[in-house]
Amino acid sequence: MVQEKIIAMLAEATDTDAAEITADTKFADLGIDSLDMTEMAMDLEDEFGITLEMSPELSTVGKLTEAVEKLVEA
Amino acid sequence: MSFRIIGTGMYVPSRVVTNDDLAQIVETNDEWITKRVGIKERRISETEFTSDMGYEAAKAALDSCGCGVEDIDLILSATVSGETVSPSTACMIQNKLGAVCPALEINAACSAFIFLLETAAAYFALRNYKKILVVGCERISGILDWTDRGTCVIFGDGAGAAVLERGDGYLDAVYNVKGGDDVIKIPHGIGCSPFFKREQDSPYIHMQGQETFQYAVTALCDDVNTLLERNNLTMEDIAYIIPHQANKRIVDFARKRLHMPEEKMAVNIEKYGNTSSASIPIALDELVKDGKLKRGDKIILCAFGGGLADAACLIEW
Repeated sequence: MVQEKIIAMLAEATDTDAAEITADTKFADLGIDSLDMTEMAMDLEDEFGITLEMSPELSTVGKLTEAVEKLVEA
Repeated sequence: MSFRIIGTGMYVPSRVVTNDDLAQIVETNDEWITKRVGIKERRISETEFTSDMGYEAAKAALDSCGCGVEDIDLILSATVSGETVSPSTACMIQNKLGAVCPALEINAACSAFIFLLETAAAYFALRNYKKILVVGCERISGILDWTDRGTCVIFGDGAGAAVLERGDGYLDAVYNVKGGDDVIKIPHGIGCSPFFKREQDSPYIHMQGQETFQYAVTALCDDVNTLLERNNLTMEDIAYIIPHQANKRIVDFARKRLHMPEEKMAVNIEKYGNTSSASIPIALDELVKDGKLKRGDKIILCAFGGGLADAACLIEW
């Protein structure tokens, strides 16, 4: 569910077909910049009621999904 | 009893600096700047100091409502880029106008224009003043590191002013400070004391982009929502929101979160860049000159910036 949400956000933000975005997709490859990442983090915080610390390590859809899921479960 | 805004004015230097011009100075390009901050050009001073621009905007505001300098009881100005620490820019504007009333300066960085309005409201309550002149003026180009493409493309120079008259148009305001220098700072020169042992930090604008973005969007939305809730209003009751013109992406993202139609958000950053304390009065003056405000309209001014300081106010035109 988290991953679907992230993929939907990315598809909208970058005008990319959602089917082309997978867990291994790197944000950099989608042309996402640091402010896009901040926008996405703020939307995810609202969506899931969490406080998300963005970091360069969260560089792929899968890594970000894992981080959000951990926070949702906590 | 507070005030009504009866006159507005602005001044920007004649020198237009485009994104292509900047690409000659730092490694950047029009597409990058447009996408990242929504700016196409800005005005940069070649000869004007901050107080010169403040004076021109003040004069335009006075002329717009047929006010003479002698009608003004107090001058309040704001800047982070004055040519002198003392005299204050307010004193320099007073001198250039030939005014004799008191004049003082307030520093709340990009939020300062709203802090000026709040201070003016307090003075109207404290003294029997009839008219107060408020001015936001900046030569930000003088405090930019022109080798840093992350900041030098964002800002511009200019000034905006308003004449306030005792009245009841200033309905409510909210303002907050979260003091600290880790997100935005503009260090002063540390001087040449032979006894002082700290290192000089470069005396230009330092800004953490992501943290600034997050703070700005959150502050803008929270402050606007607080004003709406406190005054039993909805977005439909608001004719315009005039945000500090910091970055088009901040304004756009905040607008989406506020569920506000694009045409209600006054945006002119593409022409002037971020002019700090001058950005709101410049945008306000353009709205007035375009005939977009009518008597009785409710508008919200909102700002955020170094301090960290943010503020918003609800005004009935």
